[in-house]
Amino acid sequence: MQGKLKVIMLTGRTIEQGVAKEYGKSSPEYYEACSMVYMDADEMKKIGVKNGTHVLVTTPNGSVVLRAVKYPRSATPGLIYIPYGPWANAVVSDATTSIGTPSFKGTPAEVEPAPDKPVLSIQALLKKEFGR
Amino acid sequence: MLIKNGFVFDPLNGINGEKMDIAIKDGKIVESVNDRNAKTIDATGLTVMPGAVDIHTHIAGGEVNTGRMIRPEDHIKDVVRKTALTRSGTGYSIPSTFVTGYRYSKMGYTTVMNPSMAPLGAKHTHEELNDIPLLDKASYPLIGDWWFVLEYLQKGDLEGCARHVAWMMETTKGYAIKIVNPGGLESWGFGRNVHTIDDQVPNFGITPREIICGLAKVNKMLNLPHSIHLHTNNLGIPGNYVTTLETMKALESVATNGKPVCHITHLQFSSFAGDSWRNMRSAAEEISKYINNHNHMTFDMGQIIFTDTTTMTADGPFEYTLYQLSGHKWVNSDVETETSGGIIPMRYKRTSAVNATQWSIGLELALLVKDPWKMFMTTDHPNAGPFFKYPKIIAWLTSRKARMATLKKCHKKAQKKSLLPSIKRELSLYELAIVTRAGQAKALGLKDKGHLGVGADADVAIYNINPEQLDIAKKYKTARRAFGNAVYTIKDGKVVVKDGEVVQHVDGKTIWLDVETTEEMKVDEEMKRKFKQYWTVEYENYPVFDHYVKVSDAITVKASV
Amino acid sequence: MSVINAVTCPICGCLCDDIEVTVVNNEVVKIKNGCAVCEAKYLGYKSEHRIRKPLIRKEGKLVPVSMDEAIHKAGEILANANYPILYGWSSTNCEAQRVGVELAEEVGGVLDNTAVVCHGPSLLGTQEVGIPTSTLGQIRHRADVIMYWGCNPWSAHPRHLERYTSFTEGRFEDSEWMSYVNKVKAAAGRKKLLSAQRREEPKKAHATAAESVVFNKPPETLQKEGRKLIVIDVRKSMSAEMADYFIQVQPNKDYELMQAMRALVRDEELDVDEVAGVPVEYLREVVDLLVNCNFGVIFFGMGLTHSAGKFRNIEVAISLTRDLNMRTKFLIMPMRGHFNVSGANIVFAWQSGYPFGVDFSLGYPRYNPGETTSMDVLLRGESDAALVIASDPGATFPKRAIQSLVKHPLIVIDPHMNATAMLGDVVFPTAFVGIEVEGTAYRMDNVPLPLKKVVEPPEGVLSDEEILKRILKEVRLIKSQKTNQKTEVS
Repeated sequence: MQGKLKVIMLTGRTIEQGVAKEYGKSSPEYYEACSMVYMDADEMKKIGVKNGTHVLVTTPNGSVVLRAVKYPRSATPGLIYIPYGPWANAVVSDATTSIGTPSFKGTPAEVEPAPDKPVLSIQALLKKEFGR
Repeated sequence: MLIKNGFVFDPLNGINGEKMDIAIKDGKIVESVNDRNAKTIDATGLTVMPGAVDIHTHIAGGEVNTGRMIRPEDHIKDVVRKTALTRSGTGYSIPSTFVTGYRYSKMGYTTVMNPSMAPLGAKHTHEELNDIPLLDKASYPLIGDWWFVLEYLQKGDLEGCARHVAWMMETTKGYAIKIVNPGGLESWGFGRNVHTIDDQVPNFGITPREIICGLAKVNKMLNLPHSIHLHTNNLGIPGNYVTTLETMKALESVATNGKPVCHITHLQFSSFAGDSWRNMRSAAEEISKYINNHNHMTFDMGQIIFTDTTTMTADGPFEYTLYQLSGHKWVNSDVETETSGGIIPMRYKRTSAVNATQWSIGLELALLVKDPWKMFMTTDHPNAGPFFKYPKIIAWLTSRKARMATLKKCHKKAQKKSLLPSIKRELSLYELAIVTRAGQAKALGLKDKGHLGVGADADVAIYNINPEQLDIAKKYKTARRAFGNAVYTIKDGKVVVKDGEVVQHVDGKTIWLDVETTEEMKVDEEMKRKFKQYWTVEYENYPVFDHYVKVSDAITVKASV
Repeated sequence: MSVINAVTCPICGCLCDDIEVTVVNNEVVKIKNGCAVCEAKYLGYKSEHRIRKPLIRKEGKLVPVSMDEAIHKAGEILANANYPILYGWSSTNCEAQRVGVELAEEVGGVLDNTAVVCHGPSLLGTQEVGIPTSTLGQIRHRADVIMYWGCNPWSAHPRHLERYTSFTEGRFEDSEWMSYVNKVKAAAGRKKLLSAQRREEPKKAHATAAESVVFNKPPETLQKEGRKLIVIDVRKSMSAEMADYFIQVQPNKDYELMQAMRALVRDEELDVDEVAGVPVEYLREVVDLLVNCNFGVIFFGMGLTHSAGKFRNIEVAISLTRDLNMRTKFLIMPMRGHFNVSGANIVFAWQSGYPFGVDFSLGYPRYNPGETTSMDVLLRGESDAALVIASDPGATFPKRAIQSLVKHPLIVIDPHMNATAMLGDVVFPTAFVGIEVEGTAYRMDNVPLPLKKVVEPPEGVLSDEEILKRILKEVRLIKSQKTNQKTEVS
């Protein structure tokens, strides 16, 4: 079955992202650790996304192609989790709600399969978003 | 430098308003200087005093800074612009560090003592002290509830306790033994408190009486320049004067040579009679009677100022009580193995019978205690009020007219209870010099401060008061202005403030004690072994290393142990 | 070869200071006691992503230049800016942060640190209601109930439990490590049994399927002896798996859950059966445990600061803690992320009065989160230059904020070619604080600790403090030249 999934998007730390950032933001480890999204296993089946293939995540702030990974510890229906990094920030909400802190967690998002779209490298992503 | 022809008040050298010259060379007071080469300051018609000394003011460290962080509303009303010579900053009740230095100096202060330093956070305290310009400073480590002190005193091992206290004093680069609500802070670790000086501290089998007397004896063994510095049990509770009297009585056995063995700080908060907030009244009469008949204690006032300020003490349980009374924002900060702390904003109002009575108590104590060498002027800044309101207190102390004018605006109940109407005494300029400089320096054991004799540090304050022409008791508003804006403040022989403006930057020194005991190696080894059990930091990372003190003034002390 | 003890790790708010570093020929070859992230840093910091020389963007590309040229360009940018932002500060030492305040004051800019994307809401919460807290050792010695709310220490603060909470030995409480190990063994045993059963009878619906659907269970596991660990999160994290009890709260509903708990602490009745996805009857039992414990603590993280409510969530969490103090001893502490973000807040506060978002443009410190915070200044497009140091907003800021950042001259000071450096106009390489530069940092509980230098920095690479001092000097020089020119002309 194909289609779009409506979810709440969380962004945050993972141990892999923490380790990889110490190697450098342009390292292959960082790319692996951060250009991905944890999803609920059943929901992935529902929209026809195989583990490790690409998805397009869209929010009112933008869209980004990420590698979908089954969340290993439990079911997380209605939630996706993207590690901190430039890929997450392509779609994260910048609403600071008058206090200076963006809404990194809790933004509504849509996920659809995008098996043929590439996940951009950090250089390509920065070039696309900021022209440098 | 030569300060010519001023009216000099130097109580430690018995000088009471004589017209004389003060000679300065290389940052020290000297006998004389060559007239022609010296920079001359004409002090004709002006009052010349040693730079003022503040024995107890919370200006640096973790607790003070947390207070700053949580009170942006306190800063927005009091901003300080950057100038070519001075950094920007904010006030009001908890000024930023640069502003603290400038404001103290503008009042003629040259030495200040930060009275509460949690040893684990000592580096933080020293970092902030480094950023307070124009003043010499020191800090007292909180050790009244330190596990090592409790354990050694419980064992009855006074010498062992003394050696560990010496280790702590050096390690934190501290100046005096600070004790706050002894036994209460460790009890507060599990949310409890002590209520008499004979209550047992849970898990440690020791009483506040044993802690206070034990540390007073330790202080003597270590030959420290200041006595123990004590914030009593039951602070701020109606009826607590009984505890204060019991504490002072307990210390009589430690006093042997007529020198003070204990300094009780912000005594106003510990002098309440009555048994509830409704019938709370002043116990200044009872307390001052005791003080007048004994010579083993010194005190500072903790004088209330009617304004919006911030309380911050190591007395965690007491700050919680204030939270329960006021519902205001409340910070609690317990420190592992060592001490506790709390912060609550507080507004003192004339229309509050309790606050007004507190205001009266501070002044009653200062005026009923006959010997000015025993009672010093403070507000326990910022607990009872911000330090730059000191000139108000000076007016109240030296002018009956001033204090009666304020009393008349207070709650009727407080007016009725107050002893002030019956007190006619007005401090003279000489006595004022004692309670704001000479007496404070003497109690602290700072030999080169608080006086203008040869060899003293050249810290001088010159005020626009002509004793022959101005009656400060009558013209208290003029006196207040004069003491709030020194004509000159001289630090280490350099003019740093002129006509209330900062004109030169000096760093000021941090004074601390290098205590030499026997068996220092053994204590070090023991601390190394036990460190991990007690703290969550490594032994190696705990001390205040030399580079943490920008300008160091270490005083070597040879202990008798 | 030298082995250096008591090294303070410069990564997260745990600020573990018991790391043992082995150095051979000016290279770190071995780490003992550190977590995976600590090892990654000490052994991997010298990657090829390190910047070796100052860079300036010329014709779209970053090219190496001399230090003097870069300093001069940076000085010019800041001296000529009307409203520059000076951002970051959390991964460097306090000595550098002090120079930062002086620089921001000199150029009349906005001084802000990474709290704005992290625990800024926590600071705002404490400015509303205060905070009952302590140093971490108090938790270790006394806590018998430990709660992690909206945070995942296993991922973000890996050694937190073993150094400060459930798995430590305290004076009054023991470690729960053995109990956890036994629990894991038992769970592994059950898993083996279940997979064996599945192999035998593949068609039967087994417990594994049910286990993967998380729901709130009755809190029987909290009736054990010893320290109890409770984790509250929107999904079952690894920390939740280690807990004695896990409460799964619906996303963006932490506020309701905490208010409900406050009501229960005060013995009030709740008219509903469930709050935020949690059955009230279980909630009652949990609150029962909290009010009857000896000493409880709540650690919280981005789950509360970043979700709906933000600082209101923190305010309620602190209020819950205050309410619990009516019944027992209870404290609360934010899990600070960067190793010296606390230090940045602390240094800013003692020098200016405010912990972040400090605007010096009027000649004195101003603070109004939402107005003077760097994120908002960027989103409104009001700044005209920026200096970013010891942080990576290029990787942590939302898109629009970064777009605003790159519209104007951007100075970056960092050891690595991170996302921000890739976008910068003037880039300075600096030495790693805590590895190549010593200094002071503040732990998440505000305890100051010394950072050590264990190896020499690469040739020509200076410290943050030194670069900032040079830029400050250059700015002052350029400004005084401008004033002289003005007076000459007039």
